[in-house]
Amino acid sequence: MDWGTIINNTLAGLLTPTTIAFALAALGLAMHFGFAGLLNFGIAGFMAIGAYGYAISVLTFGFPWWLGMIVGILGSIGFAILLGVPTLRLRGDYLAIVTIAAAEIARLLFLTTAFTDVTGSADGLFGYNKAGGFTDANPFPPGSYGFGPWTYNSETLWVITFGLGVLAICVWLLWALMRSPWGRVIKGIREDEDAIRALGKNVFAYKLQALIIGGVFGGMGGIIYAAFANVSPGVYVTSITFFIWTSLLLGGAATIFGPVIGAVIFWTLQAFLSNILPELSSSGILPVDGTQAATLRFVLVGIGLMLLVIYRPQGIFGDKREMTFVK
Amino acid sequence: MNFLSVGNPKRLLKPLIILFTALIIGLGLMTPAHADSVGEEFDYAVVGNVKVEGEPVAGVRMTVEGGDYSASTVTDETGSWLIGVPEKSEYSVTIDESTLPAGVIVLEGGVTQEVTFKLGDRVVQNFFIGEGERNEVAFIDQVIARVIYGINFGLMLGLASVGLSLVFGTTGLSNFAHGEMVTFGAVAALILGVFLELPIWVAIPAAVLLSAGMGWSLDAGLWKPLRSRGLGIIQLMIVSIGLSLTMRYIIQFFIGGGTEQLPGFDSPKINLFGSVALSVNDLYSMGISIIVIVAFAFWLMKTKTGKATRAISDNPDLAAASGIDVDKVIRIVWIVSAAMAGLAGVLWAYFRPGIKWDMGTQILLLIFAAVTLGGLGTAFGALIGALIVGLLVETSSLFIPSDLKYVAALVVLIGVLLFRPQGIMGRKQRIG
Repeated sequence: MDWGTIINNTLAGLLTPTTIAFALAALGLAMHFGFAGLLNFGIAGFMAIGAYGYAISVLTFGFPWWLGMIVGILGSIGFAILLGVPTLRLRGDYLAIVTIAAAEIARLLFLTTAFTDVTGSADGLFGYNKAGGFTDANPFPPGSYGFGPWTYNSETLWVITFGLGVLAICVWLLWALMRSPWGRVIKGIREDEDAIRALGKNVFAYKLQALIIGGVFGGMGGIIYAAFANVSPGVYVTSITFFIWTSLLLGGAATIFGPVIGAVIFWTLQAFLSNILPELSSSGILPVDGTQAATLRFVLVGIGLMLLVIYRPQGIFGDKREMTFVK
Repeated sequence: MNFLSVGNPKRLLKPLIILFTALIIGLGLMTPAHADSVGEEFDYAVVGNVKVEGEPVAGVRMTVEGGDYSASTVTDETGSWLIGVPEKSEYSVTIDESTLPAGVIVLEGGVTQEVTFKLGDRVVQNFFIGEGERNEVAFIDQVIARVIYGINFGLMLGLASVGLSLVFGTTGLSNFAHGEMVTFGAVAALILGVFLELPIWVAIPAAVLLSAGMGWSLDAGLWKPLRSRGLGIIQLMIVSIGLSLTMRYIIQFFIGGGTEQLPGFDSPKINLFGSVALSVNDLYSMGISIIVIVAFAFWLMKTKTGKATRAISDNPDLAAASGIDVDKVIRIVWIVSAAMAGLAGVLWAYFRPGIKWDMGTQILLLIFAAVTLGGLGTAFGALIGALIVGLLVETSSLFIPSDLKYVAALVVLIGVLLFRPQGIMGRKQRIG
């Protein structure tokens, strides 16, 4: 077994554009579920809308990259309103079913051959970073940066710097919001909706605002992911939503840094497992073939999610008193 | 390509030419980048992919014309093609229908379609192709056939939905692992009927029994202990998501990522009237679904356990106080729910046809749609919801592209929540 490569690849997973993108999505879910108590199972849909909004507005309408990203964010705001208006007055599990269904509708609309001209259907979209000028906006001259497992070319470094900047702004925003009077009302709604209503607050409006803000974080996650990889409908499946949930619950749903650290741990662990399991199978320690070894890590995710929710629902950094979903 | 040239009688008379052609094609296949691409020296390209029912078609001739430029190529073994063009402007793309497999034609838009370059360096042009007969069938016959398919699909969806609804009614859990119970039934039938080569009339009942056993063991090993621990409903729901991921990937671990078929999936078609034809399997499937649903209705309405189930759905505390053993009834509900989901999986495997590791994920949202449409927690509401969703999914492909057929059902789900959130049969206090 080549431990050097395994450790190197695992450590590289600590800081990649993918990790940053999913940390942003997990942050959005923390806003939705951790602070406002909204069961959003459609975070993959928010990411897809953000990514496609950016890519399509650059490729089809010829927008510059920054305007395209704004369109992606506006798209996720629209998606949040579309989901929130019919369901936020109803019980929580209705929102769960509607969000998962809406994310799937979005994915199927991006996948269908009916709109191939715009969406690229199953092939997805590519070339928008260059066409929209995002690649040219790179301030780093070509070359190799960093050291050890964290060696990046200038393009990856640009995406990582940009992504970290966005992530930092979003983390700050969430922290500032949650210590404001607005944040206290949101947490109050999570604890006891009727009590907040009795105080004369418009609970529906507050929930919708929370859904929109979290949705924007999710959409930004999709945009950062699109700034690095191609946009492909196969990414935004329901499994991705559940992986983001797992990383959120791992770090702690009702915390500011929990979702970020949870996402880093989750994707680093994924990098580790996807390196070590095939190695174990090819060296004969695990009696399975290579494809089965790759499948095994998702089985472990499922088991991990179950154990986490049963035994430590507040996550690594959370406070159990903050988790009203634990009866 | 190869067999096409051999099949041509003129060339059979000239074996040398065949040899020559085969050589050229052989050389071409060895370097596929050149077989399917022309004009690679240009910066811009028109690309596409030719597929029939998801299967790539090789050797289809594509032509791109525009201005005074013209080039053509054939698709490679993955069905894809690429034609480079000198400038970003308008081009017309033509697919040569005579090179498509027999009976396959372009269904929409004609054989020549216009493409325009946007900002990207490439533009994709795919043709909507499929079995040619479809266009010749009278519209009313299509409608009748789709309605019958829809009822068939709706009935099997109903089998899966009433279970989810019963579990929700008695325990309050929205079980996201229910889709995997459907897959489990189909996979059990596959293992017994194909890998162990049991006769199919043994394999299917045994698969349903195994599903029932699965329901029993899940309640005994997971849900009952969690209820005793006092986990909240949302916690249980997330546990069911973890369970769904675990089961889904365990199934992929054993049967792989491909599509497997049960024995006898390609049963002969029987012409009913006009051009409406149903396979023997479809008829069996509808018969079995109706018998099981009637038996289920009898169980729920007339037997003691059925009445106890409805009592718990109405008010668990009152039911427990009046001497009903709530845990025992919930155990039975899990067994019934899993057995019916397993049966639905077997029937769906014949209907699709095929068994795939993630088929449960596909149907889960339709089950949720059916249950919500009918009213969460109501068994017969779920049945009516399932029939409506089944009809909608099948008939919608008359009006919208068939790869969007599930979208119609999901849009209706959201629409229902807007206007009548308690569903068709539900009561208003359930929605909280």
